[in-house]
Amino acid sequence: MTDTAVQAAHTADAAPVAHRRLRFNILRYNPQDTGSVPRMQTYELEEADGMTLFIALNEIKEKQDPSLQYDFVCRAGICGSCGMLINGRPTLACRTLTKNLDAEITLAPLPFFELIGDLSVDTGKWMRGMSERLEGWLHAKGPEPDLRRLEERMDPAVADQVYELDRCIECGCCVAGCGTARMREDFVGAVGLNRVARFKIDPRDRRSDEDYYEVIGDDDGVFGCMSMLACHDVCPKNLPLATQIAFMRRKMVAIGWKK
Amino acid sequence: MNTSTEVIAGVGLADQARKSLWPARLDWLQSASGLLLALFMWGHMFFVSSILISKDAMWTITKMFEGYFFFGTAHPWIVSVVVACVIVLFVGHAFLALRKFPINYTQYKLFRGHQKLLRHGDTTLWFWQVFTGFALFFLASVHLYLMLTRPHLIGPYESADRVWTENMWPLYILLLLAVEMHGGIGLYRLAVKWGWFAGSDANASRKNLKTLKWAITVFFLVLGFATLAAYIKIGIEHAPNYGQHYVPTWLQNAPGAVK
Repeated sequence: MTDTAVQAAHTADAAPVAHRRLRFNILRYNPQDTGSVPRMQTYELEEADGMTLFIALNEIKEKQDPSLQYDFVCRAGICGSCGMLINGRPTLACRTLTKNLDAEITLAPLPFFELIGDLSVDTGKWMRGMSERLEGWLHAKGPEPDLRRLEERMDPAVADQVYELDRCIECGCCVAGCGTARMREDFVGAVGLNRVARFKIDPRDRRSDEDYYEVIGDDDGVFGCMSMLACHDVCPKNLPLATQIAFMRRKMVAIGWKK
Repeated sequence: MNTSTEVIAGVGLADQARKSLWPARLDWLQSASGLLLALFMWGHMFFVSSILISKDAMWTITKMFEGYFFFGTAHPWIVSVVVACVIVLFVGHAFLALRKFPINYTQYKLFRGHQKLLRHGDTTLWFWQVFTGFALFFLASVHLYLMLTRPHLIGPYESADRVWTENMWPLYILLLLAVEMHGGIGLYRLAVKWGWFAGSDANASRKNLKTLKWAITVFFLVLGFATLAAYIKIGIEHAPNYGQHYVPTWLQNAPGAVK
């Protein structure tokens, strides 16, 4: 490379990069305020390098509208708090880079869940109800575990399988993307079926397939799933929801023909 | 007290203690009946399209199903028995599939809003599966009743007369579109619903299955429309002799030709 070419390259590196002007259309509504009516509000800001929606929303809140409500905790796709509809698709705002979106961005709260205000929804309340309904905790074999003894060994392959399903952060994106859940609010959703599948493969859980049938063996459970698989496609953690639901369906149908 | 015989508002008390096994069975039966109908439609299309080979080929297949080559004489009632079995499957499948339809305007509105917002391929395909399924209630019923009651009027000229002179071609155009859409989507959904062909990479398999689904749909639509066009052409040519039965080439001058 000649000196002139090197100089030109350096000049190009030093030149300020023109950033896009982003337009955010955000659904605003506060159900606690009787005077509030749902409306779309537009905000504009300049895009920055590596900007996520978390950064963008913080900037809007700090510089333009402190009344904007939304949820964030971990900012790293682990807590599951920032699930929202981004251009109609449920996903995590903290893991969404603005550079992957058009300059016009529409944000809305996740449907299905109780709305707290603007982009903030109460997924926890529903998740707790789901967990209680499905008994989504370990039903240990035998007596109370002796904490002074070593834990029973588990096949590493099985442990990996359990861990894979345990990666679910209960962000609610699968339920918000589910056509069945939109029509039938008692449907347990992929998050619930994944939870049951997780305990089914856990050798420490004493429950049989007949026991699992009691919690998901109906049209609000695994047989309500119509295999549209948006849950699988929108899951921000890329969980194998399609195969897990199919797995539970096969197991539960076998129970149906057993007697 | 025998609780299984105690009934309150049609629900046995025994059902309240344990979950009914019927949701599992109904789910399985819906899939099984759909699979059988889809496979039947593949066979049906190949048999009907024999007209593209020659009138004699179509006549031969028709007479084979009427037992002509087994008994020496044609017995169209055999076709009626097969049609009756298909009707039972068809009605049963429709009855089972109804469980999944939106059951009121609220559900319909919620689903359509969700579908348009999400713009997700398999969710949109589900809507078309329901739409074409609904259309088939009426379109397929007309055809099935005709085949049940007039099995002797199946043949190169007989079918062509029905298509053209009896004005069935508009119904057959719609029926063909509905069947091929519904069956193609249904088979794809069956595969993902039960986890068939998932292999070690379920996402890649699903992508391949969808490509295959479209290829099969296009293949049968092209074959179907070519077949329908052939019957329309024969029907137009044969219109002046409407009602005349086809006699195969090798029997046209033989004594005792099959009529």
